[in-house]
Amino acid sequence: MNMLTEVTAAPEINVTETSEAGQNFAVEVRGLTREFGTNSVLRNLDLQLRPGEFTVLLGRSGSGKSTLLRTLAGLDPAPEGTVTVPSARAVVFQEPRLLPWKRVWQNVALGLRVPNARKRAEEALEEVGLGHRLNAWPLTLSGGEAQRASLARALVRAPKLLLLDEPFAALDALTRLRMQALVATLWQTYQPAVLLVTHDVDEAILLGDRLLVLENGAISLDVEISHPRPRRHASPGFISMRATLLDALGVHEDGSAI
Amino acid sequence: MSVSLTSLSASPKHAPARRRIIPATLLRRLMVPAAIVALWYGVTAHGYFDAQTMPTPYAVAVSFWQLIVTGQLWPNLLISLQRVALGLLFGGAIGVILALAASLSRFGEDAIDATVQMARTLPHLALIPLMILWFGIGETPKIVLIALGSLFPIYLNLFSAVRGADRKLIEAASTLGLSHAETVFHVILPAAVPGFLVGLRQALGASWISLVVAEQINASSGIGYLVMNARDFLRTDIIFDGLLVYALLGLATDQAVRLLERYLLAWRPSMITAKGI
Repeated sequence: MNMLTEVTAAPEINVTETSEAGQNFAVEVRGLTREFGTNSVLRNLDLQLRPGEFTVLLGRSGSGKSTLLRTLAGLDPAPEGTVTVPSARAVVFQEPRLLPWKRVWQNVALGLRVPNARKRAEEALEEVGLGHRLNAWPLTLSGGEAQRASLARALVRAPKLLLLDEPFAALDALTRLRMQALVATLWQTYQPAVLLVTHDVDEAILLGDRLLVLENGAISLDVEISHPRPRRHASPGFISMRATLLDALGVHEDGSAI
Repeated sequence: MSVSLTSLSASPKHAPARRRIIPATLLRRLMVPAAIVALWYGVTAHGYFDAQTMPTPYAVAVSFWQLIVTGQLWPNLLISLQRVALGLLFGGAIGVILALAASLSRFGEDAIDATVQMARTLPHLALIPLMILWFGIGETPKIVLIALGSLFPIYLNLFSAVRGADRKLIEAASTLGLSHAETVFHVILPAAVPGFLVGLRQALGASWISLVVAEQINASSGIGYLVMNARDFLRTDIIFDGLLVYALLGLATDQAVRLLERYLLAWRPSMITAKGI
């Protein structure tokens, strides 16, 4: 069946998957370099993510953060360096990427190789608050509903690593707040390692245990946040962390560039 | 069209009552054909033309009725339908197989696509003399001709539809752990259905054209035979009947594809709105 390869598969991917339990890291990246032509997107990058840790990856457009996430997802190749990720991992993209010709529950159950896949899919959808839209066609969902379905599709796979690629970017402000709270709750329930890629500094501080800033393909800032949850925008710790992050991203509080 | 659908779905309470009478859209659509028939009647009823040049609508209707009651219409209609069905079946099947082979693998594309693209530039109706030499004047050359006419629209549309499948969905499928074969089955083929249906419609159009030509060149049965026979006896009214039958057949098959579309593309928002869900 090699004839199908060209259309469906990404280029050869040199990412090691492991399903070993009890290891120290959920993700281990060593010396990852990725170049497009002469432009290097990731430069000799080292990164370790601990199991159950919520890591937020910030960076300006073109900083390489999406490339890093796609490499961990197995969508982009890792030509130089080693990447070890759990085999149980799931991705939520900026767009929901639901198959429009499958009902919502079928989308969630797709590729789920367990005997009672439908029941599991329906439970996952109920958990994200979509119990009333199990049989809906995806194109009839609102943006927030579709993104919740996409989250259910990821969670139902019981991932050890959950990769979130700007999943709230296309949502309106109120829906975004609700989705952030939902992700925080689900993460606390299931404790996967999470890597959230975002532009949004407030979102990063609200959700992350650990914040990384990626700049020119290398990690320029790596801080842990130990503020108690749920976090409030008005707390002093939040405000000082915000300043630190904006500084690392090269922006003043008033929005002007440094 | 979309306006009327929206207005229907916007007032679901009134929709059932409205459906019982003739819908306003149907009346609006019938306006122009009715005007054309009226004009036709106007210019023929007063004897400006002789009946052999231009019969009246009434004469056409009468001869149509005659064709039905004398039993001339049905056998000829059936044989024409059978030719189109077989030709479309063979042409469609070959078109689908070639398109999938060419679109799902680089090897298939290299092996098949250039040849098909070359072959399609040849007007298939130009092959009639060869068909007659090779297959005689029986059913085979007619069916082969119709098959050739329907093959290319299906091939071209399905090929580009498969290639146009959303890469982002394919990517998502791979993160869900779908194998290549599963991705083809769950993602790529369903994504190609709308394009395939466009190809099917074009293929139907090409089939009717091929049928008309095939039946007018050598046939002892079929609608085309009826028409050519009528020409020999200067029965212009029967020629009109034949044209009418062709038009109705074209319309009916187009409606059939629409029904198929409603079933296969039920997930599209426009379909959902049209069904009032």
